Amino acid sequence: MTARRLRLLATHLAALAALLLVLYPLLWLLTASVRPVAELMGRLDTLWPKVIDLSGYQQALEGAGGVGFGTFLGNSLIVATGTALGNVISCALAGFAFARLRFRLRAPLFAFALLTIMLPAHVTLIPQYVLFQRTGLIDTFLPLVLPKILATDAFFVFLMVQFMRGIPRELDEAATIDGCGPFATFRHIVLPLARPAIVTTALFSFIWAWNDFFSQLVYLNSADNYTIPVGLRLFIDQTSSSAYGAMFAMSVLSLVPILLFFLAFQRFLVQGVATSGLKG
Amino acid sequence: MRQRAWPAYVFLLPWLLGAVTLTLLPMAASLYLSFTDYNLFETPRWVGLANYVELFTQDDRYRTAVVVTLKYVLVSVPLKLLLAFAAALLLNSLRGRGKAFYRSAFYAPSLLGASVGLALAWRSLFDRGGAVPSLLGQLGISTPSWVDDPDWALWAVVLLSAWQFGAPMVIFLAGLQQIPPDLLDAAAVDGAGWWRRLVSVVFPVLSPVIFFNLVLEAIHAFQAFTSAFIISSGRGGPADATLFYTLYLYERGFGDFRMGYAAAMAWILLLVIALVTALLFRSARRWVFYGDDLAGR
Repeated sequence: MTARRLRLLATHLAALAALLLVLYPLLWLLTASVRPVAELMGRLDTLWPKVIDLSGYQQALEGAGGVGFGTFLGNSLIVATGTALGNVISCALAGFAFARLRFRLRAPLFAFALLTIMLPAHVTLIPQYVLFQRTGLIDTFLPLVLPKILATDAFFVFLMVQFMRGIPRELDEAATIDGCGPFATFRHIVLPLARPAIVTTALFSFIWAWNDFFSQLVYLNSADNYTIPVGLRLFIDQTSSSAYGAMFAMSVLSLVPILLFFLAFQRFLVQGVATSGLKG
Repeated sequence: MRQRAWPAYVFLLPWLLGAVTLTLLPMAASLYLSFTDYNLFETPRWVGLANYVELFTQDDRYRTAVVVTLKYVLVSVPLKLLLAFAAALLLNSLRGRGKAFYRSAFYAPSLLGASVGLALAWRSLFDRGGAVPSLLGQLGISTPSWVDDPDWALWAVVLLSAWQFGAPMVIFLAGLQQIPPDLLDAAAVDGAGWWRRLVSVVFPVLSPVIFFNLVLEAIHAFQAFTSAFIISSGRGGPADATLFYTLYLYERGFGDFRMGYAAAMAWILLLVIALVTALLFRSARRWVFYGDDLAGR
């Protein structure tokens, strides 16, 4: 064996070891969710269950506070889908204006959009809360989805702009000569070509909204409206440590959609991060 | 070709509406509220700088929150970037299909780790009888239940963040692939070893990417919330050991209904993040090289 091959083998072994370490918490959560409670008590360091026990899942599906897991799931789906749709539509529109149209205020407005990426949400949180409270929207999904419909997630505006700038300008000019206005150019030329940016935006918006805990904690207060992260927390607060199995089962259930998205779109997700610098 | 401006504003309409009603006006309102006493139900009462004065001189828990958050940022960000960089170097030296597989697998925690479900699992891994204390025990290092011990709880949260190194890793990897092989070969021919090539070739070429990741992760780390909230059961941990800035802000605003006080906290957070970002940009002049600088050297 040459030194070169030996080195490659060593690299593979190192990568494999690192992989085991990185995936251990996930594997552990999966196996913990099917272990009987008695086995979990005090022994949280083993990976393989001696007996498989699915009662945790049964208990998890019953949910918490008299609200079934199905309700939490449905609420999360509404919020995450609404967020993804809102972000895609409004950010594509704004992206097109910033990337392809000329207007006097373009530079200052775009600079402002970039600055808002850095702005901590906490600065606008309290007045936004007051606004939604005055309009009677607390404990509805609107405070979670409306900001996305209004493109407050400027990161995705930036992503759209970056991508749309890369689409050849000649296409726009040809469309204009053929009699297309800006709306037809957007709809028929730029939008179809911007598909990778749109898919990236949709995927990440969905996953982030799914994981988002803070704003859902702030804006939702009745258990019927809870999304999965808030419901999961209610579940922990109510159950004693003897419900470990159920807690882990519910955690696994809460990860299923992200896991599915991940398995189906991993190439897209990884590419999206590599080209746009998205945070995971 | 002449263009009319109004279609641009039609495209921008949702964004403009959001920028005015959900960003600009709330920013102004929150600045105003930070000088008031406001409990959400009565009209805000102007108190001048009282909130700020109280924060800086009378509130011991605020000081704790600042220290906890600074510790977290200073340790978790470099640690995460170091892991991301090491993993990217490792993957970059692999060839073939394995590389794509590892890249995806290492990236997975970046998506899953931000969830409440995984923070719960993490708590158990570092709890009494959990994998980490018992593994360390076998190595002869005795540790308490990390999540219940004031000296250890923060580090469990730090490790949860560092574990999510996948996103910066992917960005590093994309940067590494841009390095022309000729450059590394030329350095090798000149007698540069692995470490020398890393310091003299890889690091300068990659410096804009390192800078980008650093700024992004730092801004993000200042605002950490979920993991600390879940690991500490919403209370900031034993003896406030994981009382993160945003956790304390939430507690003051939505627990005690001291909205003016919370608004003042938010503004200080904004100023600190702006200051840190500005300092990073300043320091970048010394160590970040862009393509045209390199060509001239």
